[in-house]
Amino acid sequence: MPTGMLLSENLDFMVKGIFQIGDTGIWVTTTHVCLLIVLIALCIFAICAGRTMKKATDVPGGFQNVIEIIVDMLDGMVGNTMGKNGKNFRNYIGTLFIFILISNFSGLLGLRPPTADYGVTLPLGLLSFTLIFVNKLRYQKPSGFLKGLCNPWPFWAPINVIGDVAVPISLSLRLFANILSGTVMMALVYGLLGKIAYGWPSVLHAYFDVFSGAIQTYVFCMLTMTYISDAMTTEE
Amino acid sequence: MFNEFFIRGCSAIGAGLAVIAGIGPGVGQGIAAGHAASAVGRNPGAKGDVTGTMLLGQAVAETTGLYGLLVAMLLLFVKPLDIK
Repeated sequence: MPTGMLLSENLDFMVKGIFQIGDTGIWVTTTHVCLLIVLIALCIFAICAGRTMKKATDVPGGFQNVIEIIVDMLDGMVGNTMGKNGKNFRNYIGTLFIFILISNFSGLLGLRPPTADYGVTLPLGLLSFTLIFVNKLRYQKPSGFLKGLCNPWPFWAPINVIGDVAVPISLSLRLFANILSGTVMMALVYGLLGKIAYGWPSVLHAYFDVFSGAIQTYVFCMLTMTYISDAMTTEE
Repeated sequence: MFNEFFIRGCSAIGAGLAVIAGIGPGVGQGIAAGHAASAVGRNPGAKGDVTGTMLLGQAVAETTGLYGLLVAMLLLFVKPLDIK
């Protein structure tokens, strides 16, 4: 079609369908494939880590050192933010952190980061939202929950509900939009300056994939922890 | 006159207007970074804590700008206004 911009022919950042499952209209897309690659990589890492820790030595060597540093770092992060409530959430936050981080870094390998698809980040946001909601109900009891809803006045409740519902949406959109903007920038560089794109795009990769990806991972986990510990503090 | 070319052009103008939303977070992040710098200047020992807090606040402040970016992306690439 002549109306197609010059850009949209060279640009290559959209999610693409690879094949359709039967005639159901459900497509297996590049996101699924990249997600699968990330998951397999993480599984291999986890299996190796488990094997190493089974025969752990008192004086850690090479790989065991790396695993201990990672676990220590995640534990420290959760402990610093959530205090004494933290120890039940180390598994969830740690898993979230490693998964999002590796997903964001996968742009370095030429994959399309799975987190640049809203279908991946929205479930992550909803998971966090469920945790927040359940903990709120559990620790503040339904009465405290209602009291929080009618704060400061009862007719303010709809606005409080909107504020609560906005949490998973803003959490997931923040991650999605940040990674998507990085993906689009890299697609612009490779699509429009492809002839001279040798070497120097690595600087952009370092910023958009590594720096921005790490910051967004940290922010996602931090906000989840803050919201959860907010939900767990009672009025009294 | 109101054919698909007109709609595409208007969508492009709308996308351009939408990313003006980037001004706000830019100013806000600059202010946050400036205050963080002065905080580190006053108390260099707290550099790690200040940096972490600053990055968290900046990332949250960035959200509104990203919404503008998303609107621009939708207008340019998903083309919701096109005549089907």
